[in-house]
Amino acid sequence: MSSEPTEVHHAEGEHGETMTRKRIWKVFFILLGITCVEFFIALYLVPNHHMDMKFANPAYIILTLVKAFYIVAFFMHLKFEKVGLVYAILVPILFIIGLILVLTNESHHWIHLRM
Amino acid sequence: MSATVSPIDEVKTTPWSGGRSPFKVEYGKMMMWFFLLSDAFTFSSLLISYGALRFSAPTWPSPSLVFQSVPGTSIEHGAPLVFVGLMTFILIMSSVTMVLAVEAGHRNSKKEVVWWMIGTIIGGLMFLSCQALEWNHLHSEGFWWSAIPNKETLQEFFNAGVPFGQQQMTSHQFANLFFTITGFHGFHVFSGVIINIIITLNVLAGTYAKRGSYLMIEKVGLYWHFVDLVWVFVFTFFYLI
Repeated sequence: MSSEPTEVHHAEGEHGETMTRKRIWKVFFILLGITCVEFFIALYLVPNHHMDMKFANPAYIILTLVKAFYIVAFFMHLKFEKVGLVYAILVPILFIIGLILVLTNESHHWIHLRM
Repeated sequence: MSATVSPIDEVKTTPWSGGRSPFKVEYGKMMMWFFLLSDAFTFSSLLISYGALRFSAPTWPSPSLVFQSVPGTSIEHGAPLVFVGLMTFILIMSSVTMVLAVEAGHRNSKKEVVWWMIGTIIGGLMFLSCQALEWNHLHSEGFWWSAIPNKETLQEFFNAGVPFGQQQMTSHQFANLFFTITGFHGFHVFSGVIINIIITLNVLAGTYAKRGSYLMIEKVGLYWHFVDLVWVFVFTFFYLI
């Protein structure tokens, strides 16, 4: 209830940088902007043949990963955590990339089996 | 007192020798991170199997044809991405109210925490209602777990010239994957709303004011942002690609 500025300042000083209200809204507008770009591609560029799906799909995935970065780094505060924690969370994600590589490669063979 | 302390008796203070926590986060918060990591594996497995089945299929229901209506209104055709865009906006918005609750918690402002938490809960409920409408709409067309629409309706969801046999096969896969993955995500949103309600009641009861820290808000915040994060991927892989 009652704010204790000195104590709060001390707690945040330990963390170094942190999220301020200004920064929260900045990240929100970045996320909104990226979503708008995705919509622009899906609703204008692709239907009007300015962009092929071959290029649109990788663009969607890259934009999604950028959004994921902003959510995890800023909203989930991971950017401001100790580097040990950051690696403990991010390095296991490599297993997911491994599964993606294995299964996309595999699915290109399945398509011949099915046809 | 001239005794020299032998190296082995020295109190170790560095992070990785047991002196203090190397991650410098509270236990519960660290466990929340590890739970979310395991949950990320679960969702990845679901989404990657979706990708594998879709890549190996000769054809697939076109997202811009399947999701071109706005459920709950009279718009049935020609509005792809509008409804899901609204859902995405609601969820990102509720993520913002969640970080604002966390930020208010840092300032120990109970009143602001409560209001932002209520905003987050409302956002979550709005998202769930939208999802219910979306499911209901697809169900009324004939989609359900291992159920697909009849031949005439099904043809509307494919680009011209796709044989009916292929339409049937991939529509079954689409229906199963769509309901399973968005259902699993929706269940996470539902649990998140319940957890948020419990935490808000605790805030109102003054539990965290007594404790002197609103760290619990950060922990549920992590979960809530993760749900938003998963939706970003579900949105891309089901609605855009």
